[in-house]
Amino acid sequence: MSTLHPTLDHAGHAGDDAHGHGHGHHELSFIQKYVFSTDHKVIGIQFLITTMLMLMVGGALALGVRWQLARPWEYMPIAGDLTFARDGGQISPEYYTMLFTMHATVMIFLVIIPVLAGAFGNFLIPLMIGADDMAFPTLNMLSYWFMWPAILFFAFAAGIGPEWLTGVVGGMDAGTAQGWTSYPLLSAVKTSAPGSAMAQTWWLMAVTFVGVSSMMGSVNYMTTIINMRAPGMTLFRMPLTIWAMFITAILQAFALPVLTAAGFMLVADRLLGTCFFIPAGIVINNAAPTIGGGQTLLWQHLFWFYSHPAVYIMLLPAMGMVSDMLACMCRKPIFGYKPMVYSMAAIAGLGFIVWGHHMFISGMNPALGMTFMVSTIMIALPSAIKTFNWIGTIWGGRLQFNGVMLNCIAFVSMFIIGGLSGIFMAAVPVDIYIHDTYFIVAHFHYVLFGSTLFGVFAGIQFWFPKMWGRMMNDTVAKFHFVLTFIGFNVTFFPMHMLGVAGMPRRYADPYHFEYLSHLLPLNQVMTAAAVLMGVAQFLLLGNFAYSMFFGEKCGRNPWNANGLEWTAPSPPGHGNFDVLPVVYHGPYEYSSPIVKDKDYLMQTEYVPLAQRQTNAGH
Amino acid sequence: MGRFWAIFFVATAVIAVAVSWFSPALHWWFPGDGKAHSNLGLRIDDLFHLILVIVSITFIGTHAALGYVLWRGATIKPEDKVLFSHGSHSLEVIWTIVPAGILLFIALYQMDVWAKYRVKSFSPAETEAVAEVTARQFEWRIRYPARGKKLQPTPQPDDVYTVNELHVPTGRPVSISLRTEDVQHSFFVPELRVKQDAVPGLVIPVWFDVIDRRTGKNAMELVCAELCGWGHYKMKARVFAESDEEFEQWREKIAGEQFDDGFKKAAE
Ligand code: HEM
Ligand SMILES: [Cu+2]
Ligand SMILES: [Cu+2]
Repeated sequence: MSTLHPTLDHAGHAGDDAHGHGHGHHELSFIQKYVFSTDHKVIGIQFLITTMLMLMVGGALALGVRWQLARPWEYMPIAGDLTFARDGGQISPEYYTMLFTMHATVMIFLVIIPVLAGAFGNFLIPLMIGADDMAFPTLNMLSYWFMWPAILFFAFAAGIGPEWLTGVVGGMDAGTAQGWTSYPLLSAVKTSAPGSAMAQTWWLMAVTFVGVSSMMGSVNYMTTIINMRAPGMTLFRMPLTIWAMFITAILQAFALPVLTAAGFMLVADRLLGTCFFIPAGIVINNAAPTIGGGQTLLWQHLFWFYSHPAVYIMLLPAMGMVSDMLACMCRKPIFGYKPMVYSMAAIAGLGFIVWGHHMFISGMNPALGMTFMVSTIMIALPSAIKTFNWIGTIWGGRLQFNGVMLNCIAFVSMFIIGGLSGIFMAAVPVDIYIHDTYFIVAHFHYVLFGSTLFGVFAGIQFWFPKMWGRMMNDTVAKFHFVLTFIGFNVTFFPMHMLGVAGMPRRYADPYHFEYLSHLLPLNQVMTAAAVLMGVAQFLLLGNFAYSMFFGEKCGRNPWNANGLEWTAPSPPGHGNFDVLPVVYHGPYEYSSPIVKDKDYLMQTEYVPLAQRQTNAGH
Repeated sequence: MGRFWAIFFVATAVIAVAVSWFSPALHWWFPGDGKAHSNLGLRIDDLFHLILVIVSITFIGTHAALGYVLWRGATIKPEDKVLFSHGSHSLEVIWTIVPAGILLFIALYQMDVWAKYRVKSFSPAETEAVAEVTARQFEWRIRYPARGKKLQPTPQPDDVYTVNELHVPTGRPVSISLRTEDVQHSFFVPELRVKQDAVPGLVIPVWFDVIDRRTGKNAMELVCAELCGWGHYKMKARVFAESDEEFEQWREKIAGEQFDDGFKKAAE
């Protein structure tokens, strides 16, 4: 074994090396250390805890939506009295539009995007490439703290907050209600709905802050990954997580400016009367006719030019993380490492030329629809290749069925469903029918929840020991997994059927249409499952909080994994590594024949040529 | 325990297939009698079913493979060696080319239907615009030309108006001019498989051909499919598809009611 390897003490002395060293830092105050910290690990954990709390907020909003779909216009116990007592505890139509808008907004901008790039990106990138921190630590800190104005403004946008401060007249009934896509004119002309007034302005400001935060992260990740890799960490020795983070950062860097610009244009339309998106002569709710000269479709193009790549921003990092975890839990190299990298790159590249598939029936030039259809169908190919490679990775391995693994398998299985439903929608003629129905809702929940979120659950449990030096309870994790998985499928699989039945999305009460009225019982089952799923998340939070303090202690490498992060102490101190790592192998040499006594080979472990030859000989 | 989990994931897939299989019987499937009522809609349904078959085979295949590798990984004996493999070039080639071929086939195969609907023949210029449908918060206003006249882009004195009731002749392609008076909406008749956004500032022709008579209680439902404000869910309207004769009679009747000011009667 190599002398460059002072870190292989997975026997469990977390206490001894809980505080890494090496850099002779002067003492930091509590505030510098845990609040306005520039340490990527602290920032990552800050992001993680924030997003987990936001997950509960977003989930509560979703349960509000589900309540209305199961018991339309009925009195809602507890929450009804707390938040909309003046409507008699019933959800009003305005409130309902606010609910689904804020649900999507919170989940996308405050959970999925920041948990992947913000939490895992921050925590893992320096550790996995063998750097002592990010390239721009202060920028990194700012990227977290820019989330807070965003959260505050989103709260204002939802109609929470004093009227004199927010200018939102009418409370949560006047909360932003344009959907997360914020199509004009609804979002551009203030008289078009209660939520189109001040609330929408707050929403746009908040999205801008989230954007700035992501952009700071993106610049940082690119620079760090390009410049700060440990000696020997060539590009093709990088774990797929790092590849995914790298490609995601590039996507963000190119796509985000478009959204930011579009957001400013919309704000200008609202505050300065520029009319980028507003055609002439439109009278909405007896307001003066619009002056106009603009086109609403322009927003859709700009928005989706960002938001389609953004759906991959919401997935690629999870794909990378799951690849790493699968290899470890199967004790096997990843199957087809390079095809995995190339297909992520292909997804990212193609991701820029498919945005029009959200606009097939928007009134866009129909011939253009054809090109978007072809590119969209082709983007399913790299997704398919990745799926096959994950199955190939599991094939022939020695599987460890712990919570991490189960969530990873769920990721693969659910991604297959989400990817396949994408094909229906990519076929333009079929999309004429299913566009804006629950079929779409089913599709993106299978990819965003079924894949990304299960990947995140796995990731939390997998890297938890590195964060706290303790393990999460695996039994509780399994219960959390089973309940979430069953709840998820019972809630979302039938949505495909609702879509085929022609049930439009964003309806406060679909049942007064004859052709939908028989779907109420099915929706009630789905709501019950959603409640189960919501409750199950307390297992995750509880397990997380409990294990932080009382979990079983562990050493540096509790999973016997290969990555550089496992050579650092758990938790790593400021500066991460006690000895800067040198990399000799790719990250997936599990069960390598060149080592005999164990089934993993850390990236830093030097195997002398003689040993390699004798061992590999048989 | 590993075996249990392998079965667990396979069972999920089996249940998903079973639920899908029984959905039509449970009426969790296409609305109404389950059939499209326009020729275009029939083509769309065919395409849907073709994709459904391809997708189902893929789903079953991948989950069978997943189930197999899970089972194998769960039953591996301590003395058995893990398959130490970094991948297989030929497998990669196969599972790139085969799906690529299938996907290309889907892409090319359906172009024709889309072209028919939106691009090629039946181009809206050739079909007769029977009415102008104007969406507004939260209703559908419909304007018909007077008998024997053509629909003009601007309202005419003898136009006939209805609200939330669209009447069209059946048996041949007809088109409507879709507008919105305020924000965006979307014209969606599920049983015809027709959907088109109404875009502020644009007039968009939408054509369809209803196959059978749908009148009275049997009329089809027209809904809004693009978020247009708090009342989005209540833009409820009906589409009546009638023979040419019935359509004309109805228009006469409505026109009569509309232009009747009670004055004539008194003079008689
Ligand atoms: C396998 C390849 C995929 C294909 C072919 C595909 C295709 C599509 C199409 C055509 C639409 C628009 C449907 C419509 O509105 O009528 C759509 C919507 C959507 N897709 Fe995908 N998709 C794929 C994968 C993904 C992935 C991986 C994600 C996210 C991680 C994703 C997230 C979404 C979201 C969020 C929407 C809906 C946005 C909205 O309208 O609110 N898709 N997809
Ligand atoms: Cu997209
Ligand atoms: Cu609407």
